Amino acid sequence: MAEAGRRLLRNWRVVLGGALVLAVLLAALLAPVLAPYDPLDQDLSAQLAPPDWHFGADAHALGTDSLGRDVLSRLIWGSRIAVTVAVVAGVLTALLGTALGLLAGFFGGRADALISRLVDIWSSFPPVLLAIILVALLGTGLRSVIVAIVVIDWTRFCRVVRAETLKQRRMDYIDAAVAAGLGPRAILWREVLPNILPLALVLLTLEAGIAVVVEAILSFVGLSISSDAPSWGGMIAEGRGVVHEAPWLLSCAMLVLLATVLGFNLLGDGLKAELDPVLR
Amino acid sequence: MLQIAQLSAAARGGVGVLRAVSLSVAAGEVHGLVGTSGAGKSMIGRAVLGILPDAVRITAGRIRFDGRDLLGLSPSARRQAGRDLALIPQDPLSALNPSRRIAAQMTDVLRHRLGLSAAAAQARALEMLHEVRIREPDNVLRRYPHELSGGMRQRVLIATAFACRPKLIVADEPTTALDVTVQKQILRLIRDLQRSHATAVLFVTHDLGVVAKICGSVSVLRGGEIVEQAPVADIINHPAHAYTRALFAATPRYDRPPP
Repeated sequence: MAEAGRRLLRNWRVVLGGALVLAVLLAALLAPVLAPYDPLDQDLSAQLAPPDWHFGADAHALGTDSLGRDVLSRLIWGSRIAVTVAVVAGVLTALLGTALGLLAGFFGGRADALISRLVDIWSSFPPVLLAIILVALLGTGLRSVIVAIVVIDWTRFCRVVRAETLKQRRMDYIDAAVAAGLGPRAILWREVLPNILPLALVLLTLEAGIAVVVEAILSFVGLSISSDAPSWGGMIAEGRGVVHEAPWLLSCAMLVLLATVLGFNLLGDGLKAELDPVLR
Repeated sequence: MLQIAQLSAAARGGVGVLRAVSLSVAAGEVHGLVGTSGAGKSMIGRAVLGILPDAVRITAGRIRFDGRDLLGLSPSARRQAGRDLALIPQDPLSALNPSRRIAAQMTDVLRHRLGLSAAAAQARALEMLHEVRIREPDNVLRRYPHELSGGMRQRVLIATAFACRPKLIVADEPTTALDVTVQKQILRLIRDLQRSHATAVLFVTHDLGVVAKICGSVSVLRGGEIVEQAPVADIINHPAHAYTRALFAATPRYDRPPP
Protein backbone atom coordinates (compact mmCIF):
# COMPACT_ATOMS: atom_id res chain seq x y z
CA MET A 1 0.00 0.00 0.00
CA ALA A 2 2.76 2.39 0.96
CA GLU A 3 4.58 1.43 -2.21
CA ALA A 4 1.48 2.19 -4.27
CA GLY A 5 1.29 5.60 -2.60
CA ARG A 6 4.90 6.40 -3.44
CA ARG A 7 4.35 5.40 -7.04
CA LEU A 8 1.33 7.69 -7.27
CA LEU A 9 3.39 10.58 -5.91
CA ARG A 10 5.97 10.11 -8.67
CA ASN A 11 3.35 10.98 -11.30
CA TRP A 12 3.32 14.76 -11.79
CA ARG A 13 -0.29 14.77 -13.00
CA VAL A 14 -1.45 13.09 -9.83
CA VAL A 15 0.62 15.47 -7.69
CA LEU A 16 -0.40 18.70 -9.42
CA GLY A 17 -4.03 17.68 -9.93
CA GLY A 18 -4.25 16.34 -6.40
CA ALA A 19 -2.77 19.57 -5.00
CA LEU A 20 -5.28 21.74 -6.88
CA VAL A 21 -8.21 19.58 -5.79
CA LEU A 22 -6.91 19.47 -2.23
CA ALA A 23 -6.59 23.27 -2.18
CA VAL A 24 -10.22 23.68 -3.25
CA LEU A 25 -11.33 21.08 -0.70
CA LEU A 26 -9.45 22.87 2.08
CA ALA A 27 -10.86 26.23 1.02
CA ALA A 28 -14.35 24.78 1.21
CA LEU A 29 -13.80 23.15 4.60
CA LEU A 30 -12.03 26.11 6.19
CA ALA A 31 -14.02 28.90 4.53
CA PRO A 32 -15.08 30.57 7.82
CA VAL A 33 -11.44 30.68 8.96
CA LEU A 34 -9.79 31.60 5.66
CA ALA A 35 -12.17 34.22 4.35
CA PRO A 36 -11.16 37.71 5.57
CA TYR A 37 -14.72 39.08 5.22
CA ASP A 38 -18.28 37.82 5.39
CA PRO A 39 -19.06 37.02 1.74
CA LEU A 40 -22.42 38.78 2.01
CA ASP A 41 -21.15 41.94 3.73
CA GLN A 42 -21.70 44.92 1.51
CA ASP A 43 -19.49 47.99 1.75
CA LEU A 44 -21.15 50.57 -0.46
CA SER A 45 -18.29 53.00 0.14
CA ALA A 46 -15.87 50.62 -1.57
CA GLN A 47 -17.70 49.50 -4.70
CA LEU A 48 -15.56 47.89 -7.42
CA ALA A 49 -12.41 48.56 -5.44
CA PRO A 50 -9.36 47.24 -7.33
CA PRO A 51 -7.18 44.52 -5.80
CA ASP A 52 -4.74 45.93 -3.29
CA TRP A 53 -2.14 44.09 -1.28
CA HIS A 54 -1.49 46.32 1.70
CA PHE A 55 -2.07 44.87 5.12
CA GLY A 56 -4.87 46.27 7.18
CA ALA A 57 -8.47 45.85 8.23
CA ASP A 58 -9.87 47.39 5.04
CA ALA A 59 -7.66 45.55 2.53
CA HIS A 60 -9.35 43.69 -0.31
CA ALA A 61 -6.66 41.43 -1.77
CA LEU A 62 -8.68 40.68 -4.90
CA GLY A 63 -10.83 43.79 -4.89
CA THR A 64 -14.59 44.11 -4.43
CA ASP A 65 -17.66 43.69 -6.61
CA SER A 66 -20.35 46.22 -7.50
CA LEU A 67 -21.93 45.94 -4.05
CA GLY A 68 -18.56 46.29 -2.29
CA ARG A 69 -18.37 42.61 -1.31
CA ASP A 70 -14.87 41.14 -0.90
CA VAL A 71 -14.03 39.01 -3.99
CA LEU A 72 -11.52 36.76 -2.21
CA SER A 73 -14.04 35.88 0.49
CA ARG A 74 -16.73 35.16 -2.08
CA LEU A 75 -14.35 32.92 -4.05
CA ILE A 76 -13.48 30.98 -0.91
CA TRP A 77 -17.12 30.55 0.11
CA GLY A 78 -18.04 29.76 -3.49
CA SER A 79 -15.75 26.74 -3.38
CA ARG A 80 -18.22 25.13 -0.93
CA ILE A 81 -20.85 24.98 -3.65
CA ALA A 82 -18.35 23.78 -6.22
CA VAL A 83 -17.08 21.01 -3.93
CA THR A 84 -20.59 19.94 -2.89
CA VAL A 85 -21.68 19.67 -6.50
CA ALA A 86 -18.46 17.92 -7.58
CA VAL A 87 -18.65 15.30 -4.84
CA VAL A 88 -22.38 14.66 -4.55
CA ALA A 89 -23.27 14.91 -8.25
CA GLY A 90 -20.09 13.06 -9.24
CA VAL A 91 -20.67 10.13 -6.88
CA LEU A 92 -24.38 9.81 -7.64
CA THR A 93 -23.74 9.96 -11.38
CA ALA A 94 -21.01 7.34 -11.04
CA LEU A 95 -23.23 4.99 -9.02
CA LEU A 96 -26.20 5.22 -11.38
CA GLY A 97 -24.19 5.03 -14.60
CA THR A 98 -21.89 2.24 -13.41
CA ALA A 99 -24.77 0.11 -12.12
CA LEU A 100 -26.72 0.40 -15.37
CA GLY A 101 -23.58 -0.10 -17.48
CA LEU A 102 -22.68 -3.27 -15.56
CA LEU A 103 -26.20 -4.66 -15.95
CA ALA A 104 -26.31 -3.91 -19.67
CA GLY A 105 -22.85 -5.25 -20.37
CA PHE A 106 -23.01 -8.34 -18.18
CA PHE A 107 -26.50 -9.65 -18.81
CA GLY A 108 -26.87 -8.45 -22.40
CA GLY A 109 -30.09 -9.35 -24.18
CA ARG A 110 -33.17 -7.35 -23.33
CA ALA A 111 -31.63 -5.43 -20.43
CA ASP A 112 -28.81 -4.28 -22.70
CA ALA A 113 -31.18 -3.35 -25.52
CA LEU A 114 -33.34 -1.26 -23.18
CA ILE A 115 -30.48 0.53 -21.44
CA SER A 116 -28.50 1.14 -24.61
CA ARG A 117 -31.48 2.65 -26.46
CA LEU A 118 -32.12 4.86 -23.43
CA VAL A 119 -28.51 6.05 -23.56
CA ASP A 120 -28.83 6.75 -27.30
CA ILE A 121 -31.98 8.81 -26.81
CA TRP A 122 -30.48 10.64 -23.82
CA SER A 123 -27.30 11.55 -25.66
CA SER A 124 -29.20 13.07 -28.56
CA PHE A 125 -30.36 15.97 -26.35
CA PRO A 126 -28.04 18.97 -26.11
CA PRO A 127 -26.88 18.61 -22.49
CA VAL A 128 -26.82 22.25 -21.41
CA LEU A 129 -30.27 22.88 -22.84
CA LEU A 130 -31.56 19.75 -21.11
CA ALA A 131 -30.04 20.94 -17.83
CA ILE A 132 -31.70 24.33 -18.14
CA ILE A 133 -35.08 22.74 -18.91
CA LEU A 134 -34.70 20.31 -15.99
CA VAL A 135 -33.80 23.00 -13.49
CA ALA A 136 -36.59 25.21 -14.79
CA LEU A 137 -39.00 22.33 -14.16
CA LEU A 138 -37.56 21.32 -10.77
CA GLY A 139 -37.14 24.87 -9.53
CA THR A 140 -33.83 26.56 -8.86
CA GLY A 141 -31.53 25.53 -6.06
CA LEU A 142 -28.52 23.37 -5.42
CA ARG A 143 -30.52 20.15 -5.17
CA SER A 144 -32.09 20.69 -8.61
CA VAL A 145 -28.65 21.36 -10.07
CA ILE A 146 -27.35 18.08 -8.67
CA VAL A 147 -30.40 16.14 -9.88
CA ALA A 148 -30.00 17.69 -13.33
CA ILE A 149 -26.33 16.70 -13.53
CA VAL A 150 -27.04 13.12 -12.45
CA VAL A 151 -29.97 12.73 -14.83
CA ILE A 152 -27.97 14.04 -17.77
CA ASP A 153 -24.51 12.64 -17.19
CA TRP A 154 -25.14 9.02 -16.12
CA THR A 155 -24.92 8.05 -19.80
CA ARG A 156 -21.24 8.98 -19.81
CA PHE A 157 -20.50 6.29 -17.21
CA CYS A 158 -23.02 3.85 -18.59
CA ARG A 159 -21.45 3.75 -22.04
CA VAL A 160 -17.88 3.32 -20.94
CA VAL A 161 -18.66 0.81 -18.18
CA ARG A 162 -20.89 -1.22 -20.51
CA ALA A 163 -18.14 -1.44 -23.13
CA GLU A 164 -15.56 -2.47 -20.54
CA THR A 165 -17.94 -5.05 -19.04
CA LEU A 166 -18.54 -6.54 -22.47
CA LYS A 167 -14.80 -6.85 -22.90
CA GLN A 168 -14.38 -8.42 -19.47
CA ARG A 169 -17.18 -10.90 -20.08
CA ARG A 170 -15.32 -12.38 -23.03
CA MET A 171 -12.19 -13.03 -20.97
CA ASP A 172 -11.28 -16.61 -20.17
CA TYR A 173 -11.37 -16.04 -16.43
CA ILE A 174 -15.09 -15.36 -16.63
CA ASP A 175 -15.52 -18.66 -18.49
CA ALA A 176 -13.36 -20.33 -15.86
CA ALA A 177 -15.54 -18.87 -13.10
CA VAL A 178 -18.72 -20.03 -14.86
CA ALA A 179 -17.21 -23.48 -15.32
CA ALA A 180 -16.26 -23.46 -11.64
CA GLY A 181 -19.94 -23.04 -10.83
CA LEU A 182 -19.90 -19.47 -9.52
CA GLY A 183 -23.25 -17.73 -9.83
CA PRO A 184 -23.75 -14.55 -11.86
CA ARG A 185 -23.79 -12.34 -8.78
CA ALA A 186 -20.48 -13.68 -7.48
CA ILE A 187 -18.92 -13.28 -10.93
CA LEU A 188 -20.17 -9.72 -11.26
CA TRP A 189 -18.86 -8.71 -7.83
CA ARG A 190 -15.57 -10.59 -7.67
CA GLU A 191 -14.44 -10.94 -11.27
CA VAL A 192 -15.93 -8.03 -13.23
CA LEU A 193 -16.24 -5.19 -10.72
CA PRO A 194 -12.57 -5.11 -9.61
CA ASN A 195 -11.61 -4.60 -13.24
CA ILE A 196 -14.16 -1.83 -13.69
CA LEU A 197 -13.34 0.13 -10.53
CA PRO A 198 -10.16 1.92 -11.69
CA LEU A 199 -12.01 3.07 -14.79
CA ALA A 200 -14.99 4.24 -12.74
CA LEU A 201 -12.67 6.15 -10.41
CA VAL A 202 -11.01 7.94 -13.32
CA LEU A 203 -14.38 8.80 -14.82
CA LEU A 204 -15.50 10.05 -11.42
CA THR A 205 -12.72 12.62 -11.21
CA LEU A 206 -13.48 13.79 -14.75
CA GLU A 207 -17.18 13.94 -13.91
CA ALA A 208 -16.42 16.02 -10.81
CA GLY A 209 -14.76 18.60 -13.07
CA ILE A 210 -17.70 18.56 -15.45
CA ALA A 211 -20.15 18.97 -12.57
CA VAL A 212 -18.30 22.09 -11.40
CA VAL A 213 -18.57 23.59 -14.89
CA VAL A 214 -22.26 22.71 -15.23
CA GLU A 215 -23.03 24.30 -11.88
CA ALA A 216 -21.15 27.42 -12.99
CA ILE A 217 -23.12 27.48 -16.24
CA LEU A 218 -26.41 27.20 -14.40
CA SER A 219 -25.33 29.89 -11.93
CA PHE A 220 -24.31 32.05 -14.88
CA VAL A 221 -27.83 31.88 -16.29
CA GLY A 222 -29.23 32.38 -12.80
CA LEU A 223 -30.69 28.90 -12.36
CA SER A 224 -28.57 27.67 -9.47
CA ILE A 225 -28.66 29.06 -5.95
CA SER A 226 -29.83 32.61 -5.26
CA SER A 227 -27.69 35.32 -6.80
CA ASP A 228 -26.76 36.68 -3.38
CA ALA A 229 -25.03 33.57 -2.20
CA PRO A 230 -21.45 33.29 -3.46
CA SER A 231 -20.96 30.94 -6.40
CA TRP A 232 -18.29 31.06 -9.08
CA GLY A 233 -20.78 30.98 -11.95
CA GLY A 234 -22.73 33.83 -10.40
CA MET A 235 -19.56 35.87 -9.97
CA ILE A 236 -18.64 35.30 -13.62
CA ALA A 237 -22.10 36.47 -14.64
CA GLU A 238 -21.79 39.57 -12.49
CA GLY A 239 -18.22 40.25 -13.60
CA ARG A 240 -19.23 40.06 -17.26
CA GLY A 241 -21.39 43.17 -16.83
CA VAL A 242 -18.60 45.27 -15.34
CA VAL A 243 -15.67 43.72 -17.20
CA HIS A 244 -14.41 47.15 -18.41
CA GLU A 245 -14.51 48.79 -14.99
CA ALA A 246 -13.48 45.79 -12.87
CA PRO A 247 -11.78 43.05 -14.93
CA TRP A 248 -10.49 41.36 -11.73
CA LEU A 249 -14.00 40.19 -10.87
CA LEU A 250 -14.43 38.12 -14.04
CA SER A 251 -10.84 36.95 -14.29
CA CYS A 252 -10.47 35.83 -10.68
CA ALA A 253 -13.63 33.72 -10.79
CA MET A 254 -12.68 32.25 -14.14
CA LEU A 255 -9.16 31.41 -13.03
CA VAL A 256 -10.42 29.63 -9.93
CA LEU A 257 -12.93 27.64 -11.99
CA LEU A 258 -10.25 26.80 -14.53
CA ALA A 259 -7.77 25.67 -11.88
CA THR A 260 -10.37 23.45 -10.20
CA VAL A 261 -11.46 21.70 -13.39
CA LEU A 262 -7.85 21.37 -14.51
CA GLY A 263 -7.04 19.82 -11.15
CA PHE A 264 -9.78 17.20 -11.47
CA ASN A 265 -8.81 16.37 -15.05
CA LEU A 266 -5.09 16.06 -14.29
CA LEU A 267 -5.88 13.85 -11.31
CA GLY A 268 -8.09 11.65 -13.49
CA ASP A 269 -5.45 11.39 -16.22
CA GLY A 270 -2.73 10.56 -13.73
CA LEU A 271 -4.83 7.96 -11.92
CA LYS A 272 -5.75 6.32 -15.20
CA ALA A 273 -2.10 5.66 -15.94
CA GLU A 274 -1.31 4.50 -12.42
CA LEU A 275 -4.32 2.35 -11.54
CA ASP A 276 -4.22 -0.11 -14.39
CA PRO A 277 -2.54 -3.18 -12.86
CA VAL A 278 -1.17 -4.29 -16.22
CA LEU A 279 0.09 -0.93 -17.51
CA ARG A 280 1.93 0.18 -14.40
CA MET B 1 -17.62 -41.09 -16.40
CA LEU B 2 -18.36 -38.89 -19.41
CA GLN B 3 -20.52 -40.02 -22.30
CA ILE B 4 -21.31 -37.70 -25.19
CA ALA B 5 -23.98 -39.09 -27.53
CA GLN B 6 -24.83 -37.71 -30.96
CA LEU B 7 -24.04 -34.15 -29.87
CA SER B 8 -24.75 -31.52 -32.50
CA ALA B 9 -24.35 -27.78 -32.17
CA ALA B 10 -24.93 -24.89 -34.52
CA ALA B 11 -23.89 -21.26 -34.59
CA ARG B 12 -26.42 -18.52 -35.14
CA GLY B 13 -27.58 -18.71 -38.72
CA GLY B 14 -27.53 -22.52 -38.74
CA VAL B 15 -23.84 -23.09 -39.43
CA GLY B 16 -22.99 -26.52 -38.04
CA VAL B 17 -20.27 -26.47 -35.40
CA LEU B 18 -20.56 -30.07 -34.20
CA ARG B 19 -22.22 -32.93 -36.10
CA ALA B 20 -23.39 -36.00 -34.18
CA VAL B 21 -20.30 -36.28 -32.01
CA SER B 22 -20.14 -39.34 -29.74
CA LEU B 23 -17.34 -40.21 -27.38
CA SER B 24 -16.81 -41.51 -23.89
CA VAL B 25 -14.11 -41.02 -21.29
CA ALA B 26 -13.65 -43.51 -18.48
CA ALA B 27 -12.65 -42.51 -14.94
CA GLY B 28 -8.94 -41.73 -14.80
CA GLU B 29 -8.56 -41.89 -18.59
CA VAL B 30 -7.01 -39.24 -20.83
CA HIS B 31 -8.92 -38.80 -24.06
CA GLY B 32 -7.42 -36.64 -26.80
CA LEU B 33 -9.42 -34.44 -29.18
CA VAL B 34 -7.30 -33.71 -32.24
CA GLY B 35 -7.99 -31.67 -35.34
CA THR B 36 -7.06 -28.47 -37.12
CA SER B 37 -8.38 -25.05 -36.08
CA GLY B 38 -12.12 -24.82 -36.45
CA ALA B 39 -12.64 -28.58 -36.32
CA GLY B 40 -14.82 -28.14 -33.23
CA LYS B 41 -12.49 -29.74 -30.70
CA SER B 42 -12.63 -26.83 -28.25
CA MET B 43 -16.42 -26.64 -28.66
CA ILE B 44 -16.79 -30.16 -27.28
CA GLY B 45 -14.85 -29.19 -24.16
CA ARG B 46 -16.85 -25.99 -23.80
CA ALA B 47 -20.14 -27.84 -24.21
CA VAL B 48 -19.15 -30.20 -21.39
CA LEU B 49 -18.25 -27.24 -19.14
CA GLY B 50 -21.37 -25.31 -20.10
CA ILE B 51 -19.45 -22.30 -21.42
CA LEU B 52 -20.29 -22.36 -25.12
CA PRO B 53 -20.15 -18.91 -26.77
CA ASP B 54 -23.50 -17.08 -26.79
CA ALA B 55 -23.82 -17.56 -30.54
CA VAL B 56 -23.55 -21.37 -30.38
CA ARG B 57 -26.53 -23.55 -29.42
CA ILE B 58 -26.71 -27.29 -28.89
CA THR B 59 -29.28 -28.66 -31.34
CA ALA B 60 -29.30 -32.36 -30.53
CA GLY B 61 -27.64 -35.04 -28.44
CA ARG B 62 -26.83 -35.66 -24.80
CA ILE B 63 -23.92 -35.20 -22.43
CA ARG B 64 -23.96 -37.61 -19.48
CA PHE B 65 -21.47 -36.95 -16.73
CA ASP B 66 -21.22 -39.00 -13.58
CA GLY B 67 -24.73 -40.37 -14.09
CA ARG B 68 -26.41 -37.01 -14.75
CA ASP B 69 -27.65 -35.54 -18.00
CA LEU B 70 -25.84 -32.19 -18.03
CA LEU B 71 -27.98 -30.62 -20.74
CA GLY B 72 -31.27 -31.31 -18.94
CA LEU B 73 -30.32 -29.70 -15.61
CA SER B 74 -31.59 -26.41 -14.22
CA PRO B 75 -28.95 -23.65 -14.03
CA SER B 76 -28.38 -24.16 -10.29
CA ALA B 77 -28.21 -27.96 -10.62
CA ARG B 78 -25.86 -27.46 -13.55
CA ARG B 79 -23.60 -25.32 -11.36
CA GLN B 80 -23.72 -28.06 -8.73
CA ALA B 81 -22.68 -30.70 -11.28
CA GLY B 82 -19.92 -28.34 -12.45
CA ARG B 83 -18.15 -28.80 -9.13
CA ASP B 84 -16.76 -32.08 -10.39
CA LEU B 85 -15.44 -30.42 -13.56
CA ALA B 86 -12.50 -28.10 -14.08
CA LEU B 87 -10.81 -26.29 -16.93
CA ILE B 88 -7.17 -25.81 -17.80
CA PRO B 89 -7.39 -23.05 -20.40
CA GLN B 90 -5.32 -22.29 -23.44
CA ASP B 91 -4.16 -18.77 -22.65
CA PRO B 92 -2.88 -18.61 -19.07
CA LEU B 93 -2.81 -14.80 -19.13
CA SER B 94 -6.41 -14.08 -20.00
CA ALA B 95 -7.58 -16.91 -17.76
CA LEU B 96 -6.42 -15.05 -14.66
CA ASN B 97 -8.13 -11.88 -13.51
CA PRO B 98 -5.52 -9.11 -13.92
CA SER B 99 -6.71 -7.03 -10.99
CA ARG B 100 -6.71 -9.72 -8.31
CA ARG B 101 -3.87 -11.46 -6.54
CA ILE B 102 -3.27 -15.17 -7.16
CA ALA B 103 -4.24 -16.04 -3.57
CA ALA B 104 -7.67 -14.39 -3.89
CA GLN B 105 -8.38 -16.10 -7.20
CA MET B 106 -7.36 -19.55 -5.99
CA THR B 107 -9.07 -19.39 -2.62
CA ASP B 108 -12.32 -18.03 -4.11
CA VAL B 109 -12.73 -21.17 -6.17
CA LEU B 110 -11.66 -23.45 -3.31
CA ARG B 111 -14.01 -21.87 -0.81
CA HIS B 112 -16.87 -22.00 -3.25
CA ARG B 113 -16.33 -25.54 -4.46
CA LEU B 114 -15.06 -27.31 -1.39
CA GLY B 115 -16.74 -25.10 1.22
CA LEU B 116 -13.41 -24.41 2.94
CA SER B 117 -12.75 -21.63 5.43
CA ALA B 118 -10.47 -18.81 4.33
CA ALA B 119 -7.51 -20.23 6.23
CA ALA B 120 -8.08 -23.79 4.99
CA ALA B 121 -8.42 -22.57 1.41
CA GLN B 122 -5.16 -20.66 1.72
CA ALA B 123 -3.43 -23.77 3.08
CA ARG B 124 -4.86 -25.91 0.28
CA ALA B 125 -3.74 -23.39 -2.35
CA LEU B 126 -0.23 -23.41 -0.93
CA GLU B 127 -0.17 -27.20 -0.84
CA MET B 128 -1.27 -27.39 -4.49
CA LEU B 129 1.34 -24.83 -5.57
CA HIS B 130 3.95 -27.06 -3.92
CA GLU B 131 2.53 -30.00 -5.83
CA VAL B 132 2.86 -28.22 -9.20
CA ARG B 133 6.52 -27.60 -8.28
CA ILE B 134 6.35 -23.83 -8.39
CA ARG B 135 9.24 -22.00 -6.77
CA GLU B 136 8.49 -19.85 -3.70
CA PRO B 137 4.77 -20.64 -3.52
CA ASP B 138 4.07 -18.18 -0.67
CA ASN B 139 5.55 -15.42 -2.77
CA VAL B 140 3.52 -16.44 -5.84
CA LEU B 141 0.28 -16.28 -3.85
CA ARG B 142 0.88 -12.58 -3.19
CA ARG B 143 1.59 -11.73 -6.84
CA TYR B 144 -0.65 -10.34 -9.57
CA PRO B 145 -0.91 -12.46 -12.75
CA HIS B 146 1.16 -10.09 -14.87
CA GLU B 147 4.07 -10.47 -12.46
CA LEU B 148 4.38 -14.19 -13.29
CA SER B 149 5.84 -15.89 -16.35
CA GLY B 150 3.62 -17.83 -18.75
CA GLY B 151 4.78 -21.17 -17.39
CA MET B 152 4.14 -20.09 -13.80
CA ARG B 153 0.65 -18.84 -14.69
CA GLN B 154 -0.15 -22.16 -16.31
CA ARG B 155 1.13 -23.96 -13.20
CA VAL B 156 -1.15 -21.79 -11.06
CA LEU B 157 -4.12 -22.69 -13.27
CA ILE B 158 -3.24 -26.38 -13.16
CA ALA B 159 -2.94 -26.17 -9.38
CA THR B 160 -6.36 -24.48 -9.18
CA ALA B 161 -7.95 -27.07 -11.45
CA PHE B 162 -6.61 -30.05 -9.47
CA ALA B 163 -7.10 -28.38 -6.08
CA CYS B 164 -10.88 -28.84 -6.31
CA ARG B 165 -10.50 -32.62 -6.74
CA PRO B 166 -12.59 -32.73 -9.92
CA LYS B 167 -13.51 -36.01 -11.59
CA LEU B 168 -12.92 -34.63 -15.07
CA ILE B 169 -10.66 -31.86 -16.30
CA VAL B 170 -11.01 -30.27 -19.72
CA ALA B 171 -7.55 -29.21 -20.85
CA ASP B 172 -8.04 -26.83 -23.79
CA GLU B 173 -4.69 -26.69 -25.61
CA PRO B 174 -2.90 -26.10 -22.31
CA THR B 175 0.56 -25.97 -23.87
CA THR B 176 -0.10 -24.03 -27.07
CA ALA B 177 0.69 -20.59 -25.64
CA LEU B 178 3.96 -21.73 -24.04
CA ASP B 179 7.42 -22.14 -25.48
CA VAL B 180 8.72 -25.61 -26.24
CA THR B 181 10.81 -26.31 -23.14
CA VAL B 182 8.03 -25.14 -20.84
CA GLN B 183 5.52 -27.17 -22.86
CA LYS B 184 7.34 -30.34 -22.00
CA GLN B 185 7.39 -29.59 -18.27
CA ILE B 186 3.72 -28.61 -18.20
CA LEU B 187 2.73 -31.73 -20.11
CA ARG B 188 4.65 -33.95 -17.70
CA LEU B 189 3.07 -32.09 -14.78
CA ILE B 190 -0.46 -32.64 -16.07
CA ARG B 191 0.26 -36.32 -16.68
CA ASP B 192 1.77 -36.84 -13.21
CA LEU B 193 -1.07 -35.06 -11.42
CA GLN B 194 -3.68 -36.82 -13.53
CA ARG B 195 -2.18 -40.18 -12.54
CA SER B 196 -1.72 -39.44 -8.86
CA HIS B 197 -5.23 -37.92 -8.52
CA ALA B 198 -6.82 -40.47 -10.89
CA THR B 199 -8.57 -37.65 -12.76
CA ALA B 200 -10.12 -38.14 -16.18
CA VAL B 201 -8.94 -35.57 -18.74
CA LEU B 202 -10.44 -34.44 -22.00
CA PHE B 203 -7.31 -33.17 -23.72
CA VAL B 204 -7.88 -30.77 -26.62
CA THR B 205 -4.85 -30.26 -28.86
CA HIS B 206 -3.72 -29.96 -32.45
CA ASP B 207 -0.34 -31.48 -31.66
CA LEU B 208 -0.09 -35.20 -32.38
CA GLY B 209 3.19 -35.39 -30.53
CA VAL B 210 1.41 -34.26 -27.37
CA VAL B 211 -1.31 -36.84 -27.98
CA ALA B 212 1.23 -39.63 -28.18
CA LYS B 213 2.78 -38.59 -24.86
CA ILE B 214 -0.29 -38.19 -22.70
CA CYS B 215 -3.49 -39.67 -24.17
CA GLY B 216 -4.91 -43.17 -23.83
CA SER B 217 -7.43 -42.83 -26.64
CA VAL B 218 -8.05 -40.25 -29.32
CA SER B 219 -10.87 -38.76 -31.37
CA VAL B 220 -9.83 -37.12 -34.63
CA LEU B 221 -12.16 -34.30 -35.69
CA ARG B 222 -12.72 -32.63 -39.01
CA GLY B 223 -15.40 -30.04 -39.69
CA GLY B 224 -17.25 -30.85 -36.48
CA GLU B 225 -17.36 -34.59 -37.15
CA ILE B 226 -15.35 -37.41 -35.62
CA VAL B 227 -13.59 -39.19 -38.47
CA GLU B 228 -11.65 -41.67 -36.39
CA GLN B 229 -11.66 -42.85 -32.80
CA ALA B 230 -9.19 -45.36 -31.40
CA PRO B 231 -6.62 -46.13 -28.68
CA VAL B 232 -3.58 -43.93 -29.15
CA ALA B 233 -1.20 -46.77 -30.16
CA ASP B 234 -3.53 -47.84 -32.98
CA ILE B 235 -3.89 -44.30 -34.29
CA ILE B 236 -0.17 -43.76 -34.40
CA ASN B 237 0.73 -47.14 -35.88
CA HIS B 238 -2.19 -47.71 -38.24
CA PRO B 239 -4.13 -44.52 -38.90
CA ALA B 240 -7.27 -45.79 -40.63
CA HIS B 241 -8.68 -42.58 -42.04
CA ALA B 242 -7.04 -40.61 -44.83
CA TYR B 243 -7.47 -37.39 -42.83
CA THR B 244 -5.59 -38.81 -39.84
CA ARG B 245 -2.76 -39.84 -42.16
CA ALA B 246 -2.76 -36.33 -43.60
CA LEU B 247 -2.50 -34.89 -40.08
CA PHE B 248 0.51 -37.08 -39.36
CA ALA B 249 2.10 -36.12 -42.65
CA ALA B 250 1.65 -32.45 -41.71
CA THR B 251 3.50 -32.85 -38.41
CA PRO B 252 6.98 -31.36 -38.77
CA ARG B 253 9.74 -33.93 -38.47
CA TYR B 254 13.21 -32.82 -37.54
CA ASP B 255 14.94 -36.00 -38.71
CA ARG B 256 14.29 -35.46 -42.39
CA PRO B 257 13.90 -32.48 -44.71
CA PRO B 258 10.40 -31.22 -45.52
CA PRO B 259 8.90 -32.83 -48.63
